[in-house]
Amino acid sequence: MTTVSRDLRGLVLDGVALDTPLRVQAVDALALEERAARLVSRSVKKASKVAGLELSVRCVDLTTLEGMDTPGKVRAMCARALRPDPEDPSLHPVAAVCVYGSLVAEARHALGDGPVKVASVAGAFPSGQSHLHERLEEIRRAVEDGAHEVDIVINRGALLSGRLDVVHDEIAAATAAVGDAHLKTILETGELGSYEMIRLASMIAMAAGSDVIKTSTGKLPVSATPPTALCMAEAIRDFGEQTGRVVGLKLAGGVRTAKQALGYLALVAETLGTDWLTPDRFRFGASTLLNDLVLQLRFQRTGRYPRPGDLPVD
Amino acid sequence: MTTTPQNDTGTRDLAAAFADYAPSVEGRDIVTIRPRYGLLSGGEERDARDGAVFATIDPSTGDHIAEVAEGSAQDVDDAVAAARAAYESTWRDMPGRTRAKYLFRLARLLQDRSREFAVLETIDGGKPIRESRDVDVPLAAAHLFHHAGWADKLEYAVPGMTGRPLGVVGQITPWNFPLLMVAWKIAPALACGNTVVLKPAETTPLTALLLGELAREAGFPPGVLNVVTGAGATGAALAGHPGVDKVAFTGSTEVGKAIRRATAERGTRLTLELGGKGAHVVFDDAALDQAVEGVVDGIFFNQGHVCCAGSRLLVQEGIADELLGRLRRRIELLRVGDPLDKNTDVGAINSHAQLERIRGFVEDAREDGARIHQTSRPLPERGFYFPPTIVEGLGGSEAICREEVFGPVLAVQTFRTEAEAVARANATRYGLSAGVWTEKGSRILWVSQRLRAGVVWANSFNRFDPASPFGGMRESGFGREGGRQGLQEYLRLEPVGA
Repeated sequence: MTTVSRDLRGLVLDGVALDTPLRVQAVDALALEERAARLVSRSVKKASKVAGLELSVRCVDLTTLEGMDTPGKVRAMCARALRPDPEDPSLHPVAAVCVYGSLVAEARHALGDGPVKVASVAGAFPSGQSHLHERLEEIRRAVEDGAHEVDIVINRGALLSGRLDVVHDEIAAATAAVGDAHLKTILETGELGSYEMIRLASMIAMAAGSDVIKTSTGKLPVSATPPTALCMAEAIRDFGEQTGRVVGLKLAGGVRTAKQALGYLALVAETLGTDWLTPDRFRFGASTLLNDLVLQLRFQRTGRYPRPGDLPVD
Repeated sequence: MTTTPQNDTGTRDLAAAFADYAPSVEGRDIVTIRPRYGLLSGGEERDARDGAVFATIDPSTGDHIAEVAEGSAQDVDDAVAAARAAYESTWRDMPGRTRAKYLFRLARLLQDRSREFAVLETIDGGKPIRESRDVDVPLAAAHLFHHAGWADKLEYAVPGMTGRPLGVVGQITPWNFPLLMVAWKIAPALACGNTVVLKPAETTPLTALLLGELAREAGFPPGVLNVVTGAGATGAALAGHPGVDKVAFTGSTEVGKAIRRATAERGTRLTLELGGKGAHVVFDDAALDQAVEGVVDGIFFNQGHVCCAGSRLLVQEGIADELLGRLRRRIELLRVGDPLDKNTDVGAINSHAQLERIRGFVEDAREDGARIHQTSRPLPERGFYFPPTIVEGLGGSEAICREEVFGPVLAVQTFRTEAEAVARANATRYGLSAGVWTEKGSRILWVSQRLRAGVVWANSFNRFDPASPFGGMRESGFGREGGRQGLQEYLRLEPVGA
């Protein structure tokens, strides 16, 4: 009896691969960039602007990933995460703080079981270039230390050399390693070379069980961009339609201003729907963004811009 | 994250308040609209000789905007005489670089006052401010700049030939891109040393008049650019005027045919840019999401009031359901409403008459048994609006698949092979534009070489550039606008040395 199936080799008929290698839906770069540019230039004013600013605060993963990070720095950041604007206690805390594995316990101690989650990068961040068992061990340790979410990187070397099964299986192993915590998989889009590759990486990461797909480590000059975000959002939408599974999106690196954040919210709302405008499904990985959001919210409230020095730093 | 809903109605309310996009309306104050406008003839603004006026209205509300002089045959006579005098006394013999100076000045003034022009264009015509601001006005300025650059280089435009101006040019422009079509027409005409009598469309005369005022500000000699407003009779008087050396018309095929008959016995040069029923061909290997964007832009840009609109979608059968599903979901996002709102995607239909015409086509299609899909967002209560519409399930012989609707209505057909796609795309009396979506380069070439259309876009649609010639085949007209080909339409070419 004839069997037709699809696997990583493509379409397989009676054990013979007809259609190699695995391909994804084509993506036209120029048209994608144009659509993305139009989405992020929506004119967001008045009540929509205030709502978008508050929503953006709730979706921030306040991040520090530096060699010079210390427990003191992390404690200060956690305080800011809990109370983004010292003058406005009603402003909701951010979604999470994101730190290196060695500081997870400190962050968890500072935040307790409050509303702000602790996310940890793990798995030889940012390059991913170490042995799988070491990467998995790092992931397990972060969860043991109290991380609610773990941000890993994909194996770009394997992806770019066509070893898609390796990419998939490593992410699947990480999915198992995080247990009940949430897995956010970084594609590092700036290294992938084309939008088709970004779509392919998105699909593999989602199929392997990621809860969230994330653009970048923030360690490259090119991180989140509107067309990259749109490409990944379309992949999330199409994956969800096929499988019924909901996957989140995290944009990291390069989102510094409130105006950019509002543009990305519009892009997500018009591509994935307003159901995605929640910290459960959408995040900004950022550090400087938060103060611009607070500054713009104060302006909306008081009609005046505070001096930048009036805002807290950590 | 995805399985731990943090909350809460608070976030959901914020999301809803955000995504609703509070009105973000471009202010009207930038432009001063007078209650009454005259003709611009011989460097002066004046009333029609018989005092006749007509009203121009704001299609987004139906409100009266201003009264505009309605030129008679006598007024056309005056304007042609003024243009002739200006041609013979100054413009024809002026060095090209001096003509260029005036055109550059006009282009810069238009850029300086771009917001004013964009707002006026949107008020008078109903198109979204995003389009008039980002497309119409910048492209109009680009055409003026481009042709200003040609004015002192005409001897290099056609190798081996030298070009002289034709004389007085009568130009009749449509209401869909009121300012842009005026720029397309006057820029090459003036750069080549001709003088112009312009008759803008009766529903949208205001930006043409403002551009005429701007030309006065730029110091153009009196009579070089004359604007005679009015309706069909005014246009007919201009097209049939014995003192006009060339007629350039953009508009309906029906009127184009009448103009061709009227100019037949006189040796008047003629270019016609008429209707179209452009085919948008999507193959099964196309980048689907971007093809959807192309199809949306091809038919809903400017409410479908575009002669080169991709108003027929031809989709390969294997992906028809998938593509149409995406398309229906996508058009649900189109925001139809106040054209001055910066987030409006589809504005007002240009006139009540046009709205009735579009409704008629869609009703007939319904009676023909078509499946009609329209967006569900409510339309504004006042003004002329029509929802983005997709018509499926027809064979191709029905009126809505053959005639130019000139509205936001897309007729869908399917095909199986490349040859069938070409045959179906070419089965029309028009031949203005077509689009091809495929990831395969050889297929782009094979198909586009066989499509009978003046413009074929590959993996894009509605791209315009002043250096690129634009025009039609068959009943979409003849002659080109833009590029060197467009320039030649305004020159009498002779071999060098003759």
